[in-house]
Amino acid sequence: MAKTDIIIHDEKDNVGVVVIEKITPNQNYSCWIMENDKTVNIQSLNEIPLGHKIAMVDLNEGDTILKYGHDIGKVVKSIKKGEHVHVHNVKTKKW
Amino acid sequence: MEIPKSFLGYKRENGRVGTRNHVVILPVDDISNACAEAVANNIKGTFAIPHAYGRLQFGADLKLFFDTMIGTGKNPNVAAVIVIGIEPKWTKRIVDAIATTGKPVEGFSIEGAGDIKTTMKASQKAQEFSQWASEKQREECPLSDLWISVKCGESDTTSGMAANPAVGNLMDKLEPLGVHLCFGETSELTGAEKICAKRGATPETSEKFMKTWSDYNNFILKEATDDLSESQPTAGNIAGGLTTIEEKAFGNFQKIGSRKFIDVLTPAEEPKKGPGLYFMDTSSAAGECLTLQAAAGFNIHLFPTGQGNIIGNAIEPVIKLTGNPSTAVNMKEHIDLDVSKILKREMNMDQAGNELIKTTIRAASGRLTCAEALGHKEFIMTKLYRSA
Repeated sequence: MAKTDIIIHDEKDNVGVVVIEKITPNQNYSCWIMENDKTVNIQSLNEIPLGHKIAMVDLNEGDTILKYGHDIGKVVKSIKKGEHVHVHNVKTKKW
Repeated sequence: MEIPKSFLGYKRENGRVGTRNHVVILPVDDISNACAEAVANNIKGTFAIPHAYGRLQFGADLKLFFDTMIGTGKNPNVAAVIVIGIEPKWTKRIVDAIATTGKPVEGFSIEGAGDIKTTMKASQKAQEFSQWASEKQREECPLSDLWISVKCGESDTTSGMAANPAVGNLMDKLEPLGVHLCFGETSELTGAEKICAKRGATPETSEKFMKTWSDYNNFILKEATDDLSESQPTAGNIAGGLTTIEEKAFGNFQKIGSRKFIDVLTPAEEPKKGPGLYFMDTSSAAGECLTLQAAAGFNIHLFPTGQGNIIGNAIEPVIKLTGNPSTAVNMKEHIDLDVSKILKREMNMDQAGNELIKTTIRAASGRLTCAEALGHKEFIMTKLYRSA
């Protein structure tokens, strides 16, 4: 089985989760989509630690982040494909 | 894997089965803790469950207090109970309710006698109970005698990817065998509440869930002084990569697999609709949630963690599992099952669920969990509001 660096829960998701110790900038990484067992690649832009999210597409302010195929919050600062997605650029829609 | 059909448990007088054989010294109120602890110190094979409340509570808060105390005494993991309170009336109310199970229980009140005389009298009875309980033997019991509660804590993104769905896999496999199951954490389903409501077994159950969630959410919004960014998600959650309450909620929700819940329980309420999955209205703080689930009669607990929550419970053995490879190594003494191989795709969910079933049956049959071996006995009352 090919080495997996990033896991994506659902085909609709626009973020993936790093499952190795960390990823480093400007490298190619292999992403496994759990839902349909497909593999895609992505070029990283930031260092991202284990468990943190990477943007799979360019995202603009106001866009919705999808994980598990569901809405998990809104983009508050635009994000480029391959960048770290976290509390600095995404906020809850609930509280 | 063929799922084992039985485990070794303690058959109780009322037909329920315990995974433990505790003799508990239960203080009714904060000021009786000292006496309860003195008795537990005198008599081997017993322990006290000190807590902070039990005075001047009223209304719904007082009802929840009694439900928690009585439910703890009635739990089948408890063989016998000594109840010690300052006043005879509330002490007797708890004793009489525990006695309906048929298990040995006796109450003592301190007012008019003092700590020393009460400790002496209660110690004599505690010795009798401890020696009586020590002769109880484990017997083979069907898996349907397991009442399994679940709650996750110090979650991170590995929780939603590995440890929580492993619990969900266990639920999918054990529910058809007639096991009672319970999940809670009302506030931590925020963001996934509509998806969760769809898992109600009937439209009425779904409606009851939405009302329960809305009431809790309205309470949070009313009391909140900021955006809750210090509380939900927690600093630990954020360090582990969880960004929003919605993300945490969808990870949390993986714990129930593809099951539907058959009823919505109030805090500490005993399930009455037979085997199956129940949702209980609880806080998402681990100590509070587990104490309520144990008081409802659940006899073993599964606790997935990401960053490494170390919770135990006074009467319910707590099994911890993690999908985070760093936590599995750095906090090894707290982790009963490591499922981090899921992240490397060296273990699939079916295998993880099977490993968890084996771990659960071993712990139910007597193997000490990590939390038990390390002496964790958390007992945290949920208090609804100030006392009168």
